Amino acid sequence: MSYKNNKLVMLTSVAALVLGASATTQAATLDDTRERGVVQCGVSDGLPGFSAPDDQGEWQGIDVEVCRAVAAAVFGDAEAVRYVPLNAVERFTALQSGEVDVLSRNTTWTTTRDTTLGLNFAGVTFYDGQGFMVSKDLGVSSVEELDGAAICIQAGTTTELNVADYFRAHDMQFDPIVFDTSEQTVGGFEAGRCDVLTSDTSQLAALRIQLSDPDNAMILPEVISKEPLGPVVRQGDDQWFNIVKWSLFAMLNAEELGISSDNVDEMLNSENPNVARLLGQDSNFGEGMGLSADWAYNIISQVGNYAEIYDRNVGMDSPLQIERGINELWNNGGIQYAPPVR
Amino acid sequence: MIHNRTMIEARPAPSGTIGPIAWLRANLFSGPINSIFTLLGLYLLYVLLMPTIQWALINADWIGTSREDCSRTGACWVFINARIGQFIYGLYPGSEIWRVNLTFVTFAALIAWLAIPRLPFKHWVAAVALLGFPLFAYFLLYGGHFGLDVVETHRWGGLMLTLVLAVVGMVAALPIGVLLALGRRSHMPIVKSFCVVFIEFWRGVPLITVLFMASVMLPLFMPTGVSVDRLVRALIGITLFQSAYMAEVVRGGLQAIPRGQEEAAAALGMNYWKRMGLIVLPQALKMMIPGIVNTFISLFKDTTLVMIIGLFDLLGIVQAALSDSRWLGFSLEGYIFAGLMFWIFCFSMSRYSQYLERKLHTGHKR
Repeated sequence: MSYKNNKLVMLTSVAALVLGASATTQAATLDDTRERGVVQCGVSDGLPGFSAPDDQGEWQGIDVEVCRAVAAAVFGDAEAVRYVPLNAVERFTALQSGEVDVLSRNTTWTTTRDTTLGLNFAGVTFYDGQGFMVSKDLGVSSVEELDGAAICIQAGTTTELNVADYFRAHDMQFDPIVFDTSEQTVGGFEAGRCDVLTSDTSQLAALRIQLSDPDNAMILPEVISKEPLGPVVRQGDDQWFNIVKWSLFAMLNAEELGISSDNVDEMLNSENPNVARLLGQDSNFGEGMGLSADWAYNIISQVGNYAEIYDRNVGMDSPLQIERGINELWNNGGIQYAPPVR
Repeated sequence: MIHNRTMIEARPAPSGTIGPIAWLRANLFSGPINSIFTLLGLYLLYVLLMPTIQWALINADWIGTSREDCSRTGACWVFINARIGQFIYGLYPGSEIWRVNLTFVTFAALIAWLAIPRLPFKHWVAAVALLGFPLFAYFLLYGGHFGLDVVETHRWGGLMLTLVLAVVGMVAALPIGVLLALGRRSHMPIVKSFCVVFIEFWRGVPLITVLFMASVMLPLFMPTGVSVDRLVRALIGITLFQSAYMAEVVRGGLQAIPRGQEEAAAALGMNYWKRMGLIVLPQALKMMIPGIVNTFISLFKDTTLVMIIGLFDLLGIVQAALSDSRWLGFSLEGYIFAGLMFWIFCFSMSRYSQYLERKLHTGHKR
């Protein structure tokens, strides 16, 4: 995602860490959440496919689904969420100070964030990465063929650095054309100022829709950077960490086992021991997390499995139409992998 | 011989000197050079305006429910149409919107009562507007009493939030500003230095920093578990910031009142508060109207800065709507709508202030 305010983020976060060290070690988030009756979930203040209010004012997006899954696991009610829109700068402070219980805001898992901010990443919702979009007229099918291309880039993001590194490593030339906002970047691409537009793949999909002829643009298969996006919780409360982590894993396991929101009730009688264990039929994995035995059943019936939330928010059933790609399950050619339930 | 005493009836002016044609001749085509410039100007207007009109009105799409209803050759007002409720009420629950409407209507009625000169009981209405209405609005908008459900402030947004921020900021900042201005002119060293420090501190920091501190740093200083509502934090920040500016506007007005006024009042045996409240301030406030309204208008526009602390004011909610993946690519329409709304409110404030100035005109105007 965008790193415009990266220095500011680090600065405030470090300051926050120093000042708020005592606040970060608060435990029993689950009890606080139960008492409050809602999960407080930090989301982005508007990012296509990840979190944005729809026409009815309901929050929608794949980041939002994670919040709903956690609420379904804790309360058996996916709607018991209070969404707190946060911008890039204040997101970690909001989590550290306890203003939100989970931060599910398109946040890249990096060493610095994981080790110095007093936070834990609870998994990966979406494997993003920097990609390239070209006009089909260009007749290009790989980044390798882009030697000497003019590339539209949004200013102040690490995108520019990644492109420079990649092109230098592959001994190619490029001509950067830098714009301030995403609208201008699309405008520049559309006006033919550049052959290629580069950004994170999820962003490219959103930018593509804004072109006057989206069908004439294609996203190249190569991804040149790693941007694993996932939910974040405070360090020091392992029970809550487990709940968020396993809410995500439950959705991945459900897809792997073929359980969806449509067939979850039939699956309750399944012969497959894995299914029975996940749905809490002949086991009680909820107990270890302080939840009821049907925690995973609630997630799947109310939110869905990973394929469902992917497809309706960013995948083929959504306007963004992002291919599953590396977000496919491990046994389907991707890298989404959840530990087994047993 | 009989004198005809009836007057000759006034004849109409020669047709060449009245009517639109004459006006055109006098103002636009009074000579060859002016005629050329007029035609050139008309041509430029045509070149500049036609594409805009074409885009915004003729080719625009007005009716529909989704982006498929937009042809993309012109503006897609369908987007605004589909979202208008959200732009006005934010994420306020649909079944409770009557509460916002009632607050709006009451507010408008009170303002109208105060603004229309013929209506009686001005003092009582003013008292209700200043003391009763804020409580009324709080109970109605936030709820929690009288059987109303609580609508938490994170659901507030859009025009409603912008108005709440602006009105609270204005109403609270004016009295604080007056007190600070009086304090700064005081001869009491502690009062004076407190006011000077306060004013200079708040004027010395940008509003965006104040909001940022309030939203990012303040929660960390609080004991664990205690949290002040985001909106309240923003309101306090805006009010303190605004009152410092207001204080300087008021001080400017106070300095314009000749010293003799206060001395004469003192000679009549009036105490400090009477001198200020009855003699100096009424004269000073009248002269300060342009300055005060100026500050109010700039505050109204500054409220958009709350966007950085995750509150969805009018501009914020428009931007959030722009990132709905079902409505991508209509940023121009969204921003034009937001701009128009801001312009309407700021322009009305500006017109009202001009009217007030004329009404209270006491000969100071130059």
